[in-house]
Amino acid sequence: MAAHPIRLAVADDDLRRSRLTVFFRVLLFLPHLVWALLWLVAVYVVAIINWFVTLFSGTPADWAHRFLSRYLRYWVHILAFLLVAANPFPGFTGRPGSYPVDIEIDPRARQYRWATGFRWILWYPALALYTPLGVLGSSNSYSSSPGTAVIAGILGWWSALIRGRMPQGLRNLIVYGLGYGAQTFGYGVFLLTDRFPNSDPYAVPAVAEEHDHPVQTVVTDDTRRWQVHVAFRYFTALPHFFWLGIWAWYVVPLLVVINWFVMLFRGRTVPFFQDFFAFFLRYTTHLAAYLTILADPFPGFMGRPGSYPIDLVVPPLVRQSRWRIGFRIVLAIPALLLASALSGVLSAVATLGWFAAVFTARMPVGLRNLGVFVLRYVQQTLAYSFYLVTEVYPYSGPAAGPPPPPPAPPRDWPRGEPVPGWPPAPAASDAAAATPSEPRAPGGPPPPPEPPPAPPA
Amino acid sequence: MAQPAMARWLIWAVVGLATIAVGVWGALSLWDSTTVPSNLTLPHLQARDYFTAADLHRASSFENFLHIDAFLAQDALVLALAFYSRWGPRLVRESAAGRIGTGFLLGMLGFGVVWIAQLPFGLAAQIWEHEHGISKVDYLSWAVNDWFGLGSKFIFVCLALLIAMGFAGLTRRYWWALAAPTFVALAALATFTTPFLLPSLRPLRGQLLKADAALFARREGVPGVKVKVQNVHELTTAPNAESAGLGPTRVVVLWDTLLHGRFSRKEIDAILAHEFGHLSHDHLLKGIGWTAIFAFPLAFLIALATRRRGGIYAPTAVPTALLAYVLVQLAFLPAHNLISRHFEAEADWSSLQATHDPAAAQAMFVKLARLSRAEPSESGLVKALFEDHPAIIDRLAMIKAWEQRHPAAVPAASRPAVTPGAGSAPARSGASGRGR
Repeated sequence: MAAHPIRLAVADDDLRRSRLTVFFRVLLFLPHLVWALLWLVAVYVVAIINWFVTLFSGTPADWAHRFLSRYLRYWVHILAFLLVAANPFPGFTGRPGSYPVDIEIDPRARQYRWATGFRWILWYPALALYTPLGVLGSSNSYSSSPGTAVIAGILGWWSALIRGRMPQGLRNLIVYGLGYGAQTFGYGVFLLTDRFPNSDPYAVPAVAEEHDHPVQTVVTDDTRRWQVHVAFRYFTALPHFFWLGIWAWYVVPLLVVINWFVMLFRGRTVPFFQDFFAFFLRYTTHLAAYLTILADPFPGFMGRPGSYPIDLVVPPLVRQSRWRIGFRIVLAIPALLLASALSGVLSAVATLGWFAAVFTARMPVGLRNLGVFVLRYVQQTLAYSFYLVTEVYPYSGPAAGPPPPPPAPPRDWPRGEPVPGWPPAPAASDAAAATPSEPRAPGGPPPPPEPPPAPPA
Repeated sequence: MAQPAMARWLIWAVVGLATIAVGVWGALSLWDSTTVPSNLTLPHLQARDYFTAADLHRASSFENFLHIDAFLAQDALVLALAFYSRWGPRLVRESAAGRIGTGFLLGMLGFGVVWIAQLPFGLAAQIWEHEHGISKVDYLSWAVNDWFGLGSKFIFVCLALLIAMGFAGLTRRYWWALAAPTFVALAALATFTTPFLLPSLRPLRGQLLKADAALFARREGVPGVKVKVQNVHELTTAPNAESAGLGPTRVVVLWDTLLHGRFSRKEIDAILAHEFGHLSHDHLLKGIGWTAIFAFPLAFLIALATRRRGGIYAPTAVPTALLAYVLVQLAFLPAHNLISRHFEAEADWSSLQATHDPAAAQAMFVKLARLSRAEPSESGLVKALFEDHPAIIDRLAMIKAWEQRHPAAVPAASRPAVTPGAGSAPARSGASGRGR
């Protein structure tokens, strides 16, 4: 697939930050905010004119395309600065290539008039996803919650202030959110393209990275969905709710406390706890993937490894630092905050995915991959903070590790039967990354995929 | 070749001298345009005749600490900026912006460095005022609010640099001649819009006070000027009032700490008449005139100071410009305070002329001094550097002088009794515009 016409471009990977400019970051942003709002007055007029021009001529006006591109780029620059995703003070003109976190925008191209006419409706799903993912956040009469990028920016601000460096995972998460926001507004408001925003983190080369975390997701989902099954997803999950309730309300909290004391005194847990929490993490991963349409099959109740298209690898039992165990819940606060913000993204993924799957029998791969990232991060956070199965901090990079498999090509292949030649065999490095450590039985990763069957004659 | 150069030098010298002459003429005109009789002689009064020994001791210890703290804060300010003028240009590497944008960054960070340097002294003053029951803001809130308050300073410095560096782009050496009138215009705009920017304002309630306000506005020649009340009782116990705005935006603002029963109606009337006096004598407009007189030398001296760094055109000169700005401001501070005291004295006189009630004025001044723990008599360096209002004892002396000139206007019953600890009077400057 061709690259999206609005693409994120990260010019350098320098994660060092000036503590002085970080400390005053919000205030240094103020002149930019004033300028951006003044500029917005003209943008408002130009965007309306451009809509009419695009609607009647089928192509945006060249001058409007350039003007609006500058403004969109300028917002990406200043938000990257505000959220500590980049270090230098940005310029005021949104010049291409003038900032480490930038966007590339293709020249104007012909657009479908119908899509232009109904753009304000068509872009709503993208906006619904950007709201919890980017800087907008959501609010109602009772509460308000900032977007994930804002939470990541606040956490990054603290980190940069204390350590003088921005954590790579947070930086990548923020720039990914900004890139998606640029695509969203470039598509819906500025009409810079008629291509729908792509939420797939793996489609953004700037944030793709190799990162090894002992708690890792393994995806073998082919994105095909059974529409009837999707339509009644929450009803079919009722038995799981009862089953989960038994564990989550009575057994797990008690075991979490006992396990914490055991580990605090011994420095490592006993195999029973490790096995139990591995089961529980896998089981909740399967169930969450099922509920949020990230996978299609009805999950089992025992969380068996390799039994579900979205699975979780849980590491073997290891000795951990007693200090870190003692203060684990304090140390986990930033990750819990981010996981909480990301859970809003997962809700949006589930809602949008539900509609997409009901109408098209497919889960869009971008949504699926974004949902898998969120699920991975949430499970890493739970594994770190409560279940203590790892002392490796959750990693927030949205495209860390090997990419999930692409969607199965034939749309009409019989459900339940394997698609020949799918999933494609991973590259050697990807395969190694997919199995970060050798797990102890029975909490190990799924077995390597069988070679694809021969295509039917 | 030498003759054209000499001619050019002569032309500039003549222009410069003419400008200075105009400035001096303007300053003298502004200074002389007062309604306080030029032959008024203030009697010599003793603070102990109006305040108890305990009051004087309390005020002295309270203000001494604040003065020392302010001295140290000024030292820290100059030291921080001196350090920043050497070290700051390195921060150019933190910018991906152009010339003016980088200037913005260096200007804002300069203010940031100053804030950090002054934070301990500000906190000490806050603790001191909190301990003495003047401030009601907790320390964390104060620090956080102070930090966010930097935002308006950042916007201000960006605007100032945009003007200075923008004109420097047009004319490298003579930007100051264009920037100074622009700054004056902005000062006028800021004065005009101040009433819209004051937070927590509400209309004056109470029929009697409203009637008094209308009466004194008429007597002072500014009918129709509104009086509003600012809710500050959650922040401070200190009483205060101010006048703000220009032309149609003129307004008198009373802090609600004046209206909680500590001041009598007549005392509040005296305050109202004082603030109307500021407006009727165009003190805010004259203040803009004084700004115009000082803006040119200020801008010129900054241009001179930054010349070795390439002038204000270059962003690396911004830290030096900030240092020069602060030093010149400090040098002008005694003159600024002198002019401010001049205005206040005229407003006091105007208030007496409008109310014909020296007893209320005296009671108000003494009470105000006691509530704000203001030292009744200041002199020397402290007066020159910190006092933009006349000392209380001078204001009481003016009341005496007014009484001597208007014996018939003062009924015997309302003559102020000289009883230590039983009087009153306003003291400190307002937050914006002209305070009491």
